Amino acid sequence: MSDYIIKNGFVFDPLTGIKGDKKDIGIKDGKIVEASEVKGGKTIDASGKTVMAGGVDIHTHCVGPKVNVGRLMRPEDKLFRSRTKVGNTRVEMGFSVPSTFATGYAYARMGYSFLNEAAMPPLHAPHVHEEIRDTPIVDIAAMPVMGNNWFQLEYLKNRELENNAAYTAWLLNATKGFGIKCVNPGGTEAWGWGMNCTTIHDPVPYFDITPAEIVKGQMETNELLGLPHCLHVHPNNLGNPGNYTTTLDTLKLAEGIKPNNKFGRDVVLHNTHLQFHSYDGTTWADFESGSKKVMDYVNAHDNISFDVGFVTLDETTTMTADGPFEFHLNRLNNLKWANTDVELETAAGIVPYVYDKNIKVCDIQWAIGLELALLAKDHMRCHLTTDHPNAGPFTRYPRVIKWLMSKKARDDLLHSFKWSEKVIAATQLESMDRELSLYEIAQMTRAGPAKCMGISNMYGSLKEGTNANIAIYDINPEKMPKDPELIEKAFSETAYTFKDGVMVVENGVVIATTPKYTVWTDVKVKENAIVERDIHEKFAKYYSVGLENYKVFDEHMHNPRAIEVDATN
Amino acid sequence: MSTVTLTAKGTHELYLEAYNVTPDAFAGKTADEIAGLECHEGNRKGKLGEYFDIDGNGGETAADTQIIVKGNCKKIKRIGQQMTAGEIIVESDCDMYTAGWMKGGKVTVKGNVDSFCGIGMAGGEFIVEGNAQNYLGSAYRGDWRGMTGGLIHVKGNAGNDVATFMRGGKIIIDGDAFLHVCTHGEGGTVVIKGNVESRVGGQMVKGDIYVYGQIKYMMPGFKYVDDVEAEAVEGEKLTFAHYIGDLGERHSKRKGEIIYGNIYLKK
Repeated sequence: MSDYIIKNGFVFDPLTGIKGDKKDIGIKDGKIVEASEVKGGKTIDASGKTVMAGGVDIHTHCVGPKVNVGRLMRPEDKLFRSRTKVGNTRVEMGFSVPSTFATGYAYARMGYSFLNEAAMPPLHAPHVHEEIRDTPIVDIAAMPVMGNNWFQLEYLKNRELENNAAYTAWLLNATKGFGIKCVNPGGTEAWGWGMNCTTIHDPVPYFDITPAEIVKGQMETNELLGLPHCLHVHPNNLGNPGNYTTTLDTLKLAEGIKPNNKFGRDVVLHNTHLQFHSYDGTTWADFESGSKKVMDYVNAHDNISFDVGFVTLDETTTMTADGPFEFHLNRLNNLKWANTDVELETAAGIVPYVYDKNIKVCDIQWAIGLELALLAKDHMRCHLTTDHPNAGPFTRYPRVIKWLMSKKARDDLLHSFKWSEKVIAATQLESMDRELSLYEIAQMTRAGPAKCMGISNMYGSLKEGTNANIAIYDINPEKMPKDPELIEKAFSETAYTFKDGVMVVENGVVIATTPKYTVWTDVKVKENAIVERDIHEKFAKYYSVGLENYKVFDEHMHNPRAIEVDATN
Repeated sequence: MSTVTLTAKGTHELYLEAYNVTPDAFAGKTADEIAGLECHEGNRKGKLGEYFDIDGNGGETAADTQIIVKGNCKKIKRIGQQMTAGEIIVESDCDMYTAGWMKGGKVTVKGNVDSFCGIGMAGGEFIVEGNAQNYLGSAYRGDWRGMTGGLIHVKGNAGNDVATFMRGGKIIIDGDAFLHVCTHGEGGTVVIKGNVESRVGGQMVKGDIYVYGQIKYMMPGFKYVDDVEAEAVEGEKLTFAHYIGDLGERHSKRKGEIIYGNIYLKK
């Protein structure tokens, strides 16, 4: 393995507080070191360029059965959109549901090194891990979906937090999962009965528990265990006009709950794709932005974080464990629809969707995403995502960065809309002059997500001793380009990407792959005979698979990198 | 207008993917440059010059470029794919995807064409003097946006799955078609002057199908409403029995009236 010195770059590293200073960075044995420690390594001239840690994506649907059904269901997504292979890489296919190789390479070209797969159905965890293995370069963690899990619904209904914690630890171990993901709490289970939970107080049929009790119980469980990431919630009532009230109700559940972990995380609730949850109005006709109301609350409460889920105005494929929402979407656009129930655990639906810039609602959604990021006071708690591929493909992150960094870029687009006057009236975006800095972009794309997921000692930072994941962008902070397109171009294809000290991208071309890792959380808890009995009983009675076949086998795991958590005290 | 004449040498052992045989790709190029354009024989990348004798230079733009293809093209796919202007005349049979995703201009095939020809067409004219196989003027696999504009005229017969997911434009078939015409149709017009076996207009929500001969088995989702006089092809005013459907599907409303798919069967 070669050693490197990256010389004269403008370094942005929010986790160590470096704000664009010229600094040399050393890479030795795959780790970041003082530049002076590198003897005889190769020199990379980064003068006039921006140096950041490798990107960290906190919420992306990049691997797993849902993504794969999307691929199977949408052959047209690949039509005229494939890249032929270059050198020793593989063919890349697809746009909104790219092939595993396309996913890994495209993230590497954008300078990313860590992805958090946002929804792993526990029963299908082996498939998720097989796709993780086949996605090159980037390290991946996956969160099992738990907000509608029968065990948890019962434990939380009876306020058996210790049992719930023991079960959660068992499930993370069985699925080699990373943290607790909660999707439409209770609503997806209700969908099995043809119903939904649209407020946090709608009881779940049969289980007689409310979404509020589920979210609160899961937050407490998360802190009882001391997991690296906080509870990761996709709240109820996604995508409906007026849903910001449900969002605020959900966020308020975090009041009074304190973080308990040894990973440097200081939030207890992460609201994912907040854009889909910040809608005002009562119908699609009077639909408007609720971003201000939501952000006033988020800015004032520092134990919550969010990622945006920017709408990128593309043709994409929506996929979520929120089964009822996907049914609803299918009835709106009449396109093809896949839906599945995952016994005892969750569900999922998939519908292609076209965010058309000639449709007022889509443009307002686009504006709401940008407003959330521009209203945010602390970008360590505001992360850049497109909820890939729900609001747009991840390959559009550079375009989102362009809109965030350039008022001209977003105004030009805003004024080109067919219904621009109506869109301007329903949003605040036009009046916003703020242009984010490279430091804030670094917070949104690496430092913030890494801290929120409790992995900042491994990812998202240029601290000495961390893995040498580095992105060097061809953009000069002292001479920011006048043409916003150049911002998008610089973030689309790095000058260099390093992964674990290996140069994987040079001038926007993938030149090498490197061993990649599966990150998971290994939680030790006290023996719990009740939970063990419950697990055996449920598997004997309800599951269609045997307990011994349910767990992810060791051979499914690719290069495991376990985060140890001791919750035995 | 400049004419480029290609003569197939017959040197390809596998099917040849000639996606660069379009006025768009030839425009502004000399015969030598055209010979250097890429094509695929199976998974092997090749150059047009290896498979065709090329005579004449391209015009300044696609619109002033005419391509005449001679020799046996029975195993050559994708001629005229994605072309936007200009003209192509193929003097023999052609393989799949001829005139696929065409946006403008004119393609004439003097022989027969295989399947998936005129797929995803958005504009222009595509004339087949012989027969067409399956999926004529249909949508790409999985896509809900089939033909949106332009004209396809097949002077012989067509196979199955004509005009799947059609949204606009016109297809005229002088002979017969077999199963599945305009399945999932959302607009456009199909005229079949011969007979059709069955499954005409299945899951159709909008659009018009004219059949001059017989439909052997009518879909149960269609209902006879009245007799109408109509001109399916210019200058041919005829009386048709008018059916609406597919009644099992969603139908939008315009000005209070429900929009149906229509089948017109010649009396």
